[in-house]
Amino acid sequence: MEDPLDPVLLAGSKSKGKRPWFFENPDVERVMNINLALIQEVAVMRERLDTVERLLESNTPVTKENIDSFAPTKEQADERGLWMQEYLARIFRILQQDREALVRENEDSSEDVSEEFAQTD
Amino acid sequence: MPKSETNSPQPNYDGPPDYRVVGRHGVYPETSHDEISRFNFLAQMNRHLSTKIMPGVGEAFETRVQKTFRKQNSRDFVNRHEVRKALVNDSMFQWWSALRRATMETRQQAGRWVTIRQASDLINKVNELTDGDERLQLDENFVQPRSTAAIDHHCMPGSYHTELLPGDVTGAANYDVGIFATTGGMLGRYNDGGGVAVAEWVKEKFGDDFKPTRILDLGAGLGHNVLPIAQAFPDAEVVAVDAGAPMLRYGLARAKAMGINNVTFVQDDVSNLSRFSDESFDWIQSTMFLHETSYKSMPMIFKETHRLLKRGGIVLHVEQPQYTDEMPLFEQAMRDWDAFYNNEPFWTKMHEVDLDDWMTKAGFSEAELIHGGVAAVVDKDVFPDAAEDESEDYGRKAAWHVIGARKGS
Repeated sequence: MEDPLDPVLLAGSKSKGKRPWFFENPDVERVMNINLALIQEVAVMRERLDTVERLLESNTPVTKENIDSFAPTKEQADERGLWMQEYLARIFRILQQDREALVRENEDSSEDVSEEFAQTD
Repeated sequence: MPKSETNSPQPNYDGPPDYRVVGRHGVYPETSHDEISRFNFLAQMNRHLSTKIMPGVGEAFETRVQKTFRKQNSRDFVNRHEVRKALVNDSMFQWWSALRRATMETRQQAGRWVTIRQASDLINKVNELTDGDERLQLDENFVQPRSTAAIDHHCMPGSYHTELLPGDVTGAANYDVGIFATTGGMLGRYNDGGGVAVAEWVKEKFGDDFKPTRILDLGAGLGHNVLPIAQAFPDAEVVAVDAGAPMLRYGLARAKAMGINNVTFVQDDVSNLSRFSDESFDWIQSTMFLHETSYKSMPMIFKETHRLLKRGGIVLHVEQPQYTDEMPLFEQAMRDWDAFYNNEPFWTKMHEVDLDDWMTKAGFSEAELIHGGVAAVVDKDVFPDAAEDESEDYGRKAAWHVIGARKGS
């Protein structure tokens, strides 16, 4: 029986209850949400590519069925997990740097220092 | 592949396991490679949020939010609501919150896509296992209590009860396939680490002389918390009550597919269980459920447990820790996040009430009260161990408090 439901539409349904927005400008949050979806899909593509590489390495035919049934060993899964951690750290670098800036009080800006360094006496 | 050829310099991996270690029972939805990859990404994203981004909120609180508040008000914070209202103006809190909310919505989309695209297959599989089975007791005239009807809990569209098709189970299957992503695998192979922990804790605490013959689980959902209890006490008759028909249908099919046959799934409102007679259960359990009720219904639930419990029987409620005077206001505010930003409206009030007082008002004496703590028990070779995990994901960690009572004989 064919499902009479539209999974594409229904997957993205809004949950009941007014949505909270966190940024002053909700459009910034909308862009962030679209970015997060893209970040997810790049991770998905990277994992698929990793699977294809591992099938090739083991001389397994690269078929859709073999891709879908691939299960990494613990070591392979750890390698993929490490890649994902490294990837997320790259994506969210700016938030890491915000954290570092928080605990470094009284940092000079380059502009401040340029004045100082330009003084002759 | 030799280590030197890997693309990462980090020697030890401590993140979530690959999704493919999740246990697949007979009614588990089918998942393609890319659908699994989405859950892998979401589990990693939640882990990144809790270990790399969320600590920044604490640092922002210490270095600027608190200072600004003191300067503006010439005093300290007096309650968690003041702390939260100050935090919402801080960019670190805003980014963590916006990403945490977006990750939850993305997780729902990922799980709904997987389950709704195969809705009819799932219904058929469940029907095959449950048709004519008296262990599924649904009430077609059941009216959802306001606590489940008003808002979709944890941003799960349709909550526990909505049916997209007659006999729908997609909401339950979505919960089942996606909770791995929310907890980073901390609930173990069959999302049962909480129930396993409770069963072990009860055996340890009450010993061999506690032999329950009838066990009642309140707000059972799809039964993932009660199945390990049913397995630990195979001679007991277990009754799992929930308001959501999709959960109960899927729950019975899932239990049977896992070879667990001593659980009956009943649709009812747990604040009025008049269908059961006085002193008819040896053990009444709720696991991460009270926060999904309401201020009005919780005392009724407690009274029902006192009425339904046999003498010598135990009632246990497993929840995230209560807000006490000893808990810093910052932690309380962070723990309140799910209440205001993840559609868990009763979470905040529920966590501030004096549960001991409510239990005694329901009829238990102070001497009968039980307190304790449990952390999810999982296969540590495969899944992360909540007891050993030092990170905190305010409200999400698989480690809980226990409040309960043993009714005097």
